[in-house]
Amino acid sequence: MAEHTIKAFDQEMDTLRGLIAEMGGRAEAAIENAMLALQRQDKVLAAEVVAADKRIDVIEAEVEKLAIEIIALRAPMANDLRDVIAALKIVSVIERIGDYAKNIAKRVPLIATNTRIHEPISLLPSMGQVAGEMVHDVLNAFAARDADLALAVVERDTVVDDFYNSVFRTLVTFMVENPKTISECAHLLFIAKNIERIGDHATNVAEMVYYAATGQTLPERERGADMQPED
Amino acid sequence: MTPMTEAQNSLAIANPKMSARDVKVFYGEKQAIKGVSIDVDMDHVTAFIGPSGCGKSTFLRTLNRMNDTVASARVEGEITLDGENIYASSMDVVQLRARVGMVFQKPNPFPKSIYENIAYGPRIHGLAAAKADLDVVVEKSLRRAGLWEEVKDRLHDSGTALSGGQQQRLCIGRAIAVEPEVILMDEPCSALDPIATAKIEELIHELRGRYAIVIVTHNMQQAARVSQRTAFFHLGELVEYGVTSDIFTNPRQERTKDYITGRYG
Repeated sequence: MAEHTIKAFDQEMDTLRGLIAEMGGRAEAAIENAMLALQRQDKVLAAEVVAADKRIDVIEAEVEKLAIEIIALRAPMANDLRDVIAALKIVSVIERIGDYAKNIAKRVPLIATNTRIHEPISLLPSMGQVAGEMVHDVLNAFAARDADLALAVVERDTVVDDFYNSVFRTLVTFMVENPKTISECAHLLFIAKNIERIGDHATNVAEMVYYAATGQTLPERERGADMQPED
Repeated sequence: MTPMTEAQNSLAIANPKMSARDVKVFYGEKQAIKGVSIDVDMDHVTAFIGPSGCGKSTFLRTLNRMNDTVASARVEGEITLDGENIYASSMDVVQLRARVGMVFQKPNPFPKSIYENIAYGPRIHGLAAAKADLDVVVEKSLRRAGLWEEVKDRLHDSGTALSGGQQQRLCIGRAIAVEPEVILMDEPCSALDPIATAKIEELIHELRGRYAIVIVTHNMQQAARVSQRTAFFHLGELVEYGVTSDIFTNPRQERTKDYITGRYG
């Protein structure tokens, strides 16, 4: 895309995109590390995930400040305006994604002592991986203004929803058969739900990226067959 | 009539007040307008935007035949007011300019009293003759121009003694006094400070619906604030014409996008 006549405007937009790329990278790492900590029952890594979330919150505040300055001082129009508004909305969603990863990490010490739940734990990493990839791809889509990649992320949300339903049934069955693991399995259910919400949020970001890139809103899509009521 | 291309125009205007079809303007050998087709209606303020030399002011001036006063100018194509060709030989140009009024970049009140600035037009057009009738027209026009409260106690002071913003509202009042159907404004705020500009913009908002208003502006924020329809001109062509909010959030044409986002240059 051609550069703005006013170069400082380009620099500010680049800074904005850079901050979102960093924030997204950190959220993605938080998901990956939280799942790794869960798998390995690694309390130290889990504590690191919790601590690292602070930086995500700081970046959110930085992006908000810069976006408001750009709107006030540069009066962005058309695709520039859509980019800035998308940036504002995207950071608040990524911040939520970071919170979900942090919440997963916080549950690790509460279940790490129980060796009987290895089997249900093993269901979660591949679900976490799909959600993490959605976050990764949607941020690439924002950086590249790639509407097709954003669409591909939206379509993948049903995979996470299906995963969640399958994990939910498996955990319920496991709890019925192993009542002594109910407390730990309840945590695993919350973790699965958190991952499912991460997928939903990545989908929301994809919708914003699609709008920023094309100026068109996505038509209402078919929801995944989620057994949980929408929140 | 040449139909407007889809690229140019995303608007379907059912009852246009004015219509231009394939309008070309030449200054001697040089072609300033290259086949512009556009409709404007009563219910919306239409803004013409575009870089200097794009032809927006030239085109605006074809709408009340102001280009007739330029010896080298030649206009081709068709422009209608309520379906009537304004370039037809039967058209009375003086009458046309009463129906299609104009406000210029620099306020240009007559060097006469505030009262006379307003009363002059209605008097020569025979709209009012008796003093009492003229008084009514002057008050009504100044009220519509948002100037009455500020000048009602000094109607016989010189119009040129007013501030720039007041002078411009006086000129708008003068245009209104002859009961036009269309008001053309060519950069009406470019000589005014932000407060006076805001007052003119508010006035445009209040006049909307009563008159078809077409405004040429360099200030894109102003176009965004005052208009509901925006036409983007570039190199003598109408590049895009659409709903203002669409033009400023999601223009269809690459040239429009580059211009409004500040990427020309």
